[in-house]
Amino acid sequence: MSAYLLNRVGQALFVLWAAFTISFVLLQAMPGDAILIKFQNPDLGLTAQQVAEIRASYAADSPVFVQYAHTIGKFLTGNFGYSVQAGVPVSSLLAAHLPATLKLATLGFLLASVLAILIAFLSSLTPFASLRGALQSVPSLFISIPTFWLGIMLIQIFSFRLKLVPVINPGPWQELILPVITLAVPISAPLAQVLVRHIDDVMTRPFVGVARAKGANRQWILWRHVAKNALLPTLTIAGVLFGELIAGAVVTETVFGLNGIGGLTERAVGSQDAAVLQAIVVLSALAFVIINLIVDLLFPVLDPRLRTKIGAAA
Amino acid sequence: MTVIPKQVPPVLEVEGLCLAYDDGTAPRRVVQDVSFRINPGEVVALVGESGSGKTTTAQSIIGLLAANGRVERGSIKLNGTDIARWTDRQLQTVRGARISLVPQDPGNSLNPVKNIGAQIGEIFRIHGALRPDEIDRRVISLLERVGLSEPELRARQYPHELSGGMRQRVLIAIAIALKPQLIIADEPTSALDVTVQKRILDLIDELRAEYGTAVLLVTHDLGVAADRADRIVVLQNGRIQEQGAASAVLAAPRSPYTRELLAAAPSFARPVSRPQSEVRSSPPGVEDDIVVVDGLVREFAGAGSSRFRAVDELSFRVRRGSTHAIVGESGSGKTTTIRSIVGFDKPTAGRIVIDGTDLSCLAGEDLRQFRRRIQLVYQNPYGSLDPRQSILQIVTEPLLNFGRLKRVDREAKAWAILTRVGLPEDVFARRPHALSGGQRQRVAIARALVLDPQVLVLDEAVSALDVSVQARILALLQELQSDLGLTYVFVSHDLAVVRQISDTVSVLRDGRLVDGGTVSEVFEHPRSAYTRELINAIPGQSRRAAA
Repeated sequence: MSAYLLNRVGQALFVLWAAFTISFVLLQAMPGDAILIKFQNPDLGLTAQQVAEIRASYAADSPVFVQYAHTIGKFLTGNFGYSVQAGVPVSSLLAAHLPATLKLATLGFLLASVLAILIAFLSSLTPFASLRGALQSVPSLFISIPTFWLGIMLIQIFSFRLKLVPVINPGPWQELILPVITLAVPISAPLAQVLVRHIDDVMTRPFVGVARAKGANRQWILWRHVAKNALLPTLTIAGVLFGELIAGAVVTETVFGLNGIGGLTERAVGSQDAAVLQAIVVLSALAFVIINLIVDLLFPVLDPRLRTKIGAAA
Repeated sequence: MTVIPKQVPPVLEVEGLCLAYDDGTAPRRVVQDVSFRINPGEVVALVGESGSGKTTTAQSIIGLLAANGRVERGSIKLNGTDIARWTDRQLQTVRGARISLVPQDPGNSLNPVKNIGAQIGEIFRIHGALRPDEIDRRVISLLERVGLSEPELRARQYPHELSGGMRQRVLIAIAIALKPQLIIADEPTSALDVTVQKRILDLIDELRAEYGTAVLLVTHDLGVAADRADRIVVLQNGRIQEQGAASAVLAAPRSPYTRELLAAAPSFARPVSRPQSEVRSSPPGVEDDIVVVDGLVREFAGAGSSRFRAVDELSFRVRRGSTHAIVGESGSGKTTTIRSIVGFDKPTAGRIVIDGTDLSCLAGEDLRQFRRRIQLVYQNPYGSLDPRQSILQIVTEPLLNFGRLKRVDREAKAWAILTRVGLPEDVFARRPHALSGGQRQRVAIARALVLDPQVLVLDEAVSALDVSVQARILALLQELQSDLGLTYVFVSHDLAVVRQISDTVSVLRDGRLVDGGTVSEVFEHPRSAYTRELINAIPGQSRRAAA
């Protein structure tokens, strides 16, 4: 067990290092940089001499591997550097933008899970074949809707037509309603599809026949025998879907004008603010790695077959 | 066996039952006009081969037909009440409480993520039969009753921590929990080792006597039916061929089908001495052992630094042109041994010499070339054939891997060997799914023979087949052996089959050789207690004793 844990943590650290290095190389390879974009603006009227001094103060022209060693050293001590564009430390930018995204992502994921479970279990419990068919085609519909379009449509319908959710000065929770739905819909689709498949699969297993022979009804069988067995493989997909969640958050925050990491990313890309982008990439990788680590560690808790054997057996 | 007075009303009365499956277009009738009755405390065996409708009949009684199956005509009376057309909701009150089920495959019949105690206690919760605080105590006493040691520990364990026999005991505990009037045991021991099979059937018998429960025993094994049933119902293609008291049906079968089944059942076959003259005629001193296994050891890494010995100092020899059987229960090391013999697995220690070639000296291309001299036929004819290849492609593939025959020559050779194993030409272009189990096993044999091997390793090659098909495949194997001078290494758990077809035997237990020699030596004068136990566990003893 402890060997397993060490192995997983080692893999996680490798992924983090790889994400850092690849993003560093890519950001270096881009033509131009944040300093040129900000200070070469003719309106500022800076001379070439002055720009060169600013570049030197940022150590922007030292050799690439020196910068790499310097940056990775700072990252390891928790120092993400300065944002050239905003002129403040990257860590304070993150601190300002992270809570909104965390709230959006968590609620979006929860809603996606609820939607997926509802679709899968309702379609499995319904006695009507037509309703079952309709419910099972919902995921295909959900996955084909573009996030930005869904966001715009939701604002159109719920805010402008029905005036249910205010767009001007909404409350802290009100402003999250539509973005959370927008984010949840495309995430719920693959979850629901996988869940439906596994429920059907588990339903054909012999132990379900035994449960029926005990006199259990369909709801009993679904909740007490099928649910846990079908959720286990779905958990893996949930971990992988976290990547979708980050991508979805960028678009959703932009559409709804939310002040989160998505919006920050969009602006940082526009101004080629390498330090900010580097920090966001590492942060996303960290979240991704942690979520998947949790999923891996959760498996033995939920599935007794993966626990180390205790006592007599076989 | 109990004698029931005539005036006692039957527990179950099935009359004129017709069952059908809807396969899209027209309903396909699988059970036709079946009638039988079971009296209290009686054991009735429903005997038939695959496709006979025995399982479908049993499923309809407990209302567990597949979604596309339905009762077309007839009645199923439980204590005089017709339940054939009851709704699922009505049937839920009967299932578990008055009719219960002991399923076929204990390996997959328990929920892997719930512990044993919860799965037994569940039946009381479903039927609200006990106060919640009494359930745990009842579960422990049930576990004790079905003969499981340390019941408190078992209740907390999960299915994967129990052996197949223990799992079947748990399933029996569930079946008897509410003291039902009828237990349907659907091939309850087919997936278990013979000694375990005997103990499980003894347990069912004991509980039947104790509770006065009637048992419907669904089985393909006439030997099991002969030993355990008061009455036998023989089914073929969904129709009853014959029914009556077990002794009468077995002693004087009226239908030709029953006679055929009896003739094919290896457990009833009289021990025949195989013509061994040509095998034993080689002059002494001449090296004529085509397979020599000497001090074979195979260890696997266990938990922590411990080593697990799957095969321990195993030695045996097989004469050219003879059949050597390796017998043992699951975990005895049979599979590990043959994997070493065919060169799939490197032994930890010991020597294997096949036709003068020491396997441990082979590697890479030499090992690959060696494989054409020793071929393997697997147990499962459904899983061992590529579903996307035609029969002809499957049999030509080995030729493609070895040597440079031209396409026409390859196909001619495959054609010849397929005809040789008795397959009709019209199946050559088909894919495996269109063939029956017996036909598929013939394809597997043809595929092994197409390379002209000297040794054929048959890994439970007839275990998955119906008895009549099994008898035909065994006859084919004997014919091929005498025509082509093949040597067989025949791995089996079925001693009746082993006795029928082999010359010499090795009995394995926990990786060790516990008995070995010619068939007559081992079967008539077994040296180990374990071999005696194995022989005594062969079903059909009662009839052989009577004959």
